[in-house]
Amino acid sequence: MAIPQNWRLQHQRYRLTGEVCHTCGAKLFPPRDVCPECAKPAYEPFQFAGKGEVYSFTVLSDAPAGYEAYEPYPVALVKLQEGPLVTAQLTDVDPQDVHIGMPVEMVTRKLTEEGEDGLIVYGYKFRPVLKAAANG
Amino acid sequence: MRDVSIFGIGQTEVGEHWDKSLRHLAGEAVLAAMRDAGIDRADALYVGNMLSGELNGQEHLGALIADFVGLRGVEAVKVEAACGSGAAAVRMGYLAVASGLLDVVIVVGVEKMTDQKNDVTTAGLAMAADAEYEVINGISFVSLNALLMQRYMHEYGVRHEDFAGFPINAHKNAATNPYAMFRKPISLETFKRARMVAAPINLMDSSPVADGAAAVVLAPSDMARRFRSAPVRIIGSANATDALAVHDRQDPLFLSAAALSAQKAYHQARITPADVDFFELHDAFSITAALSLEAAGFAERGRGVYLAKDGEITLEGRIPICTLGGLKARGHPVGATGVYQIVEATLQLRHLAGPNQVKNARIGMTQNIGGSGATVITHILAAEG
Repeated sequence: MAIPQNWRLQHQRYRLTGEVCHTCGAKLFPPRDVCPECAKPAYEPFQFAGKGEVYSFTVLSDAPAGYEAYEPYPVALVKLQEGPLVTAQLTDVDPQDVHIGMPVEMVTRKLTEEGEDGLIVYGYKFRPVLKAAANG
Repeated sequence: MRDVSIFGIGQTEVGEHWDKSLRHLAGEAVLAAMRDAGIDRADALYVGNMLSGELNGQEHLGALIADFVGLRGVEAVKVEAACGSGAAAVRMGYLAVASGLLDVVIVVGVEKMTDQKNDVTTAGLAMAADAEYEVINGISFVSLNALLMQRYMHEYGVRHEDFAGFPINAHKNAATNPYAMFRKPISLETFKRARMVAAPINLMDSSPVADGAAAVVLAPSDMARRFRSAPVRIIGSANATDALAVHDRQDPLFLSAAALSAQKAYHQARITPADVDFFELHDAFSITAALSLEAAGFAERGRGVYLAKDGEITLEGRIPICTLGGLKARGHPVGATGVYQIVEATLQLRHLAGPNQVKNARIGMTQNIGGSGATVITHILAAEG
């Protein structure tokens, strides 16, 4: 992905900023121009809390170009508390311990290095909710 | 609107063609289809292809292939809808002929995938998914389908080996198809021992990367006298879409675009699933086959996998699928696959499928899926006479 393409996504990547539909109240991530629930315009930014649970998961051992160095790594569909599903890697967890329904929270991590210059791309990953945080 | 029939078919063997380039593969299929139809010219050439730019450094395939096969001057253009490119191109040909604007249209699907290293091909295939919200997170196309399979097994209490019937059926049928990539039966043991690719998807759940090309000649049904082959009529044709990303779907375990395009095609053909004698579905992964059977109305939700387990998908079963090997064993040269399906359905309806013939086949359905289910093209074909 080109540098400007990554730069444009900074609010989504670093803060999980999506949108809320003015008309029906649906919370949307990724942001889009038209609400998929009610087909009305959706432009209002919405800050997701970054908490959710694993809806499904897998472990990659045949990674695409640019990700081989991280094999094997777990990838999941995370169901956010506010509703949407997000595709993301899981981190800080042994792939053996991942299960559907596992509570997870968003963290910022390195995703990959791109191009000859080795541009580091950061973004969201999800890790198991820490015990102390869960109690607090 | 005019009725449209298939008057010619051609295909190359699917496999690793080190000695043939993209244009040679396409040319071989087009020329075979033209010979089959008994024609030496056409009004247009539509090319279904996904990855020529990424894997072969070549775009602008319409003009390239038209010139290469001696059709210099005709209308020609590439049609792209990821792994659904082939059938999407057939659909464009169908629209052109049905509309009355063009008479004879050749459609070729072609993909040349084996020149690149695996990681490059894997990254190319991932372009069918959402670059900004799926691919950047390190997903591959296999892993997206693994997410669906894992959830399917969880929600419906299905075991991994319950899916084994899909590749076993595909390999059995491919064994007697001279154009298939894997002409070798596999056993339940082979399936269970296969290397894990992205859990729970193993190597035997997955269709192979391959090179290949297939072509059809389309023309108005009432022009049959101008061609020398037995025509097969297109009685249903539909393209439907869903959200590109799996995470944006209302219900990831229901292929709504597959359901919608099947319903539109059934409606146009004035048939129900019970009238379909065989179904060339898009078994890119065994989970895709199960979800397709459910979306197209052959099984309740969560029950598609049991059609394989209970033997209902074999050549003698209630709804034969992948009758010449399917994506799993004939091979999956992505942009060509949708045209292979239609070539194979035509062979069945001409009753020229040899040992793979579905007895008394009169109506066949093909369904080609782009991406993880975002573009789905269904065709229903009927034997004439």
